[in-house]
Amino acid sequence: MSPLPDLICPAGSLPALKAAVDNGADAVYLGYKNDTNARNFAGLNFDTKTMADGIRYAHGKGREVLLAINTFAQAGRVADWQKAVDAAVDQGVDAIILADVGLLDYARNRHPQQRLHLSVQGSATSYEAINFCQREFGVRRAVLPRVLTLAQVEHVIKNTTVEIEVFGFGSLCVMNEGRCWLSSYACGESPNTVGACSPAKYVKWDKQPGRMDTRLNGVLIDRFGDDEPAGYPTLCKGRFEVQGETYYALEEPTSLNVLPILPDIIKIGVRAIKVEGRQRSPAYVTQVTRTLRAALDALKDGGERYHVKPAWQAELAKVSEGSQATLGAYNRPWR
Amino acid sequence: MNANFTIPRFRLPAFVASLGHKLPQWPHTLALVAALNAALKMKLLPESELLLLEDKLFRVRVNDTGGEASYTYRNGMFRPVFRPTREPDLAFAANLSAYLQLLARQEDPDTLFFNRELEITGDTELGLIVKNMLDAIELPRLPRLPLTSH
Ligand code: SF4
Repeated sequence: MSPLPDLICPAGSLPALKAAVDNGADAVYLGYKNDTNARNFAGLNFDTKTMADGIRYAHGKGREVLLAINTFAQAGRVADWQKAVDAAVDQGVDAIILADVGLLDYARNRHPQQRLHLSVQGSATSYEAINFCQREFGVRRAVLPRVLTLAQVEHVIKNTTVEIEVFGFGSLCVMNEGRCWLSSYACGESPNTVGACSPAKYVKWDKQPGRMDTRLNGVLIDRFGDDEPAGYPTLCKGRFEVQGETYYALEEPTSLNVLPILPDIIKIGVRAIKVEGRQRSPAYVTQVTRTLRAALDALKDGGERYHVKPAWQAELAKVSEGSQATLGAYNRPWR
Repeated sequence: MNANFTIPRFRLPAFVASLGHKLPQWPHTLALVAALNAALKMKLLPESELLLLEDKLFRVRVNDTGGEASYTYRNGMFRPVFRPTREPDLAFAANLSAYLQLLARQEDPDTLFFNRELEITGDTELGLIVKNMLDAIELPRLPRLPLTSH
């Protein structure tokens, strides 16, 4: 059996960071309070002071801090992104997670000692792309987009020496990450430009008798009956009318959950497992970290007797979007 | 926070709500506003985000008690609004158990929202600001009770 992968947990605030560390994360990932990260929501994330506190807390308990600067530098404001890279190095984060090749190049040249990871937003799905980033920018780890099957992930791992990180739990962003412009179609802003998909200022939850309508910039994207579970207001999880039928044409509101295939993920040599959800509260971070830690620990001694406990699944289903979970692309038959 | 105690999901019987509607709404409004102002005094809420709350009207409705509280933030203080004359900028509606679970940091608001146990209407961005502001508060660590933890 390969060594256990690191458990990488999200932190949108200091209490969330502490929850992750206290419940068994090997590393936390976080972002600055601005559009240099892909979860740029009002009130979320870290300023220099809370970041310093967070780093001190994590390092004090022997855990790592990974900083996401994973949006693309916007024309005319490249310096803002470069400053964020410099600040992260100054603050002593263990690695910076980058997506923009221009920034990767900057970080590599300016701070050759700094460990760099390729963000999921970098959208590298082939070993050629990943090896390119290793050769050119010294990237040590790549986070794979949630579009690959398990066999494809294995193929990548066999052909690269870059560490591979995959998503283990959380809301799905079904498109080829880093390339989706659906949100811009409705409201002119997308993750890669402003750091948020479907920014809250365009979202309206409209309560009507017996139902709730979800609107994005006035466009009706879903309608829930009073007993139906809800999801995030992203276009990919909206219901569309296709040839006279209205249904979730792209993806249902659901969360990814890899517990059933965790032994396979470890066997093929995945180096780290990431939990989505920097926008979520400390309660979520506690619940998900605790559950994944327990599952990973159950695999520590070879995992012959590993089975997914109903209690784990119940805990994860409860915090899931649409209250349901999926194995996502990992077990799809496509290629 | 405290792993020794979990708040169950419950719903008060319907007659409680019908009673609640007949009771004056000011005691819990005052209690809520006092709690918020106490948090202000302890400097638990960040100034930059407080500015975004200026003059906004908030309404918190407890479905199963029939209770309702409206308040606003003005000139550095939360203030009760007893007879709101307009629709709130941001309104929450949930059962008492959901609010208790939120306050204890036992459940995440997104979870309650997905499960349709928490309703958020009005200015969604304002809702996010409030949620993230509350999440970022560092609660003082409570001493652990010498009970068995699970
Ligand atoms: S619309 Fe969906 S797939 Fe596209 S960026 Fe948003 S969450 Fe991801």
